[in-house]
Amino acid sequence: MSQSARNLACADIGRTESKAHAFRRFRMSSLWLLVPALGFLALFFAYPLTAIVLRSFEGADASMTLEHYEAFFSLPIYMRILWQTIEISLMTTVLCVLVGYPLAYVMANSSPMVRNVMLLMVMLPFMTSVLVRTYGWMVILRPTGLLNHVAELAGLPHFDLLYNRSGMLIGLVYTMVPYVVLTLFSVMRGIDGRLVSVAHSLGAGAWSAFWRVYFPLSLPGVAGASLLVFILSSGFYITPRLMGGDRDQLLASIIAYQVDVLLNFEFASAIAVILLVITLICFGIYARLVGLKQLLTSRT
Amino acid sequence: MLVHPNEASGIGSSALAVLEPDERNTMNAAVGNSIVLDNLWKTYGSFVAVGGVSLSIEAGKFCTILGPSGSGKTTVLMMLAGFSDPLRGSIRIDGNDVTRLPPQKRDLGVVFQNYALFPHMTVHDNVAFPLKMRGMNAAEINLKCSRMLDTVELGSLSRRYPRELSGGQQQRVALARALVFEPRVLLMDEPLGALDKRLRASLQVELKALQRRMDVTVVYVTHDQEEALTMADQVVIMNGGQIEQCGTADELYDQPMTEFVAGFMGDTNLIEGVVTGKGGDGVTRVEHPTGRAILAQNGPCAVGDQVSVSLRPECVSLEPCKGRLPEEPNAWNGRITNVVSLGDALRYTIVIGENRPTLQIELEAKISRRGAHGSRFSQGEAVRVHWNAADARALARRKR
Repeated sequence: MSQSARNLACADIGRTESKAHAFRRFRMSSLWLLVPALGFLALFFAYPLTAIVLRSFEGADASMTLEHYEAFFSLPIYMRILWQTIEISLMTTVLCVLVGYPLAYVMANSSPMVRNVMLLMVMLPFMTSVLVRTYGWMVILRPTGLLNHVAELAGLPHFDLLYNRSGMLIGLVYTMVPYVVLTLFSVMRGIDGRLVSVAHSLGAGAWSAFWRVYFPLSLPGVAGASLLVFILSSGFYITPRLMGGDRDQLLASIIAYQVDVLLNFEFASAIAVILLVITLICFGIYARLVGLKQLLTSRT
Repeated sequence: MLVHPNEASGIGSSALAVLEPDERNTMNAAVGNSIVLDNLWKTYGSFVAVGGVSLSIEAGKFCTILGPSGSGKTTVLMMLAGFSDPLRGSIRIDGNDVTRLPPQKRDLGVVFQNYALFPHMTVHDNVAFPLKMRGMNAAEINLKCSRMLDTVELGSLSRRYPRELSGGQQQRVALARALVFEPRVLLMDEPLGALDKRLRASLQVELKALQRRMDVTVVYVTHDQEEALTMADQVVIMNGGQIEQCGTADELYDQPMTEFVAGFMGDTNLIEGVVTGKGGDGVTRVEHPTGRAILAQNGPCAVGDQVSVSLRPECVSLEPCKGRLPEEPNAWNGRITNVVSLGDALRYTIVIGENRPTLQIELEAKISRRGAHGSRFSQGEAVRVHWNAADARALARRKR
């Protein structure tokens, strides 16, 4: 696995033979450059992860136990929240792809000028705090907010888009769309435009050329973007917490509740591990369907 | 979509592909369509990519558009295919104006330089694509596909993906895909550019044979003059967005109308001079600044014109120079400065008029090994250079 990953990195950086060769030589003498990064990862990633996994198996008297997992899977409330998390993540994923695909398509197939402006617009939210953006949405969507104010003036019915599933989805989709657009954009840029031209010359209209040639070639991007959005939204905390209703709890909220209020670190760890396993399963499915190589390289 | 004459007459078009050309002609079946380009213009901003190209290609001919990169040859092809709209002018295929028709309505086969095979489809699906787009039923598609793949000798690889094929095989798939729906016109953009020399040569022969067999009009864009010579019935030389000259390969080689054509179709020596006389005997007299006289065939020039005389290296003869002979028209004294072996021939570089470096003439001569009477000159040797007036051609220099 690590060997093939290294090969991938190699192949990606050194596209030509000579470059790859130079890179190999460079790597041998410069391994020590990795030490700070490895140290950082060990301290802030490997150690906490191991600690959480170990803690999730910890009983009251520091013995090994499965009681937290048993508790999770035996209580209907947690199972309901687990399915809810998966359901909402899936809905977010589908909505994000539906919104992001056309955006990425226009970006990848327009003039450099239009493309750069759109790229800036997509990147702009990244430069603002999630919290500020979430409160921004709340100001708009609140029962007495901007949207309802305008709706009232226009004689439209009252919109109920905050503190419920709609609100949660709006917040999640809004946050995740840029990831979808950027992932799809990089894959779409790698699609040879002449393939569509050729499809036309072979008799395909705009619709068939898109569905039979362009869309299948963009699928690795769709899969990669979906994976990213699903994983990110299944563990997302602040936006769903603020914009969602009390009935739509996500696993992340439960973890926070266990840590913040009940100080039950062991149970919180168990839920975190369950979330991690779901993520790994998604990766596994993706690797089987598309191959991880597609995720690491932007080219099709 | 255009209706093919053979479809209209109810004759199964697939059956025709396997017939000999003669049989097809007697059946009055479809032949390639004629193409007429009338005063085509294409600009990108202030850059004129194609500036007033008019060209007529006869039905069933192999036409090569030859030119250096940036000459507008690919732009002409893209307009013909419908991928790019001309600013002005019209395109007629088989008499029908297709200038504003989208590519999918033109019914042309197109082969790109990088093949542009669909990477997510097998060879079979790639070739089946145009047939599917025409709404054929599965049985017919399979029949036509396998017949076409057999024609390009790829029948056994139909389940492979493009990335599992070699460059030459991919090229054949692209060709099969462009021909399987029996278009009357095949457009090719440097289709052999990415292949090695030997493969290119064998594919050239195959391509020409396939074109004759399928009776399709081919427009072939390349910068390789050798490809133009081996395959084309008609060669069009483009430069700077315009057509320099159009004719058979031999015409262009033997009777170039401009310096550019002379230099682009094979190697040539260009000797500067002024036309001093044009005789009724078909001989033009040109004087080099050193006073040396050149006799050449009558070319596109008038008395008093600044000209370049084009003289092919293989038309230059060399003789040992015994003593100091006086110089005559087309017979000069020189010295060999370089000898290169080309395998079958020797290429000599000869300098004439060494004592006046600014006006000296450098000529190349290509002498076949067998025809050289066994004599071989070495570097530094004094030689007598001569040629026939009919082999030299005076070309008026472009007014800049």
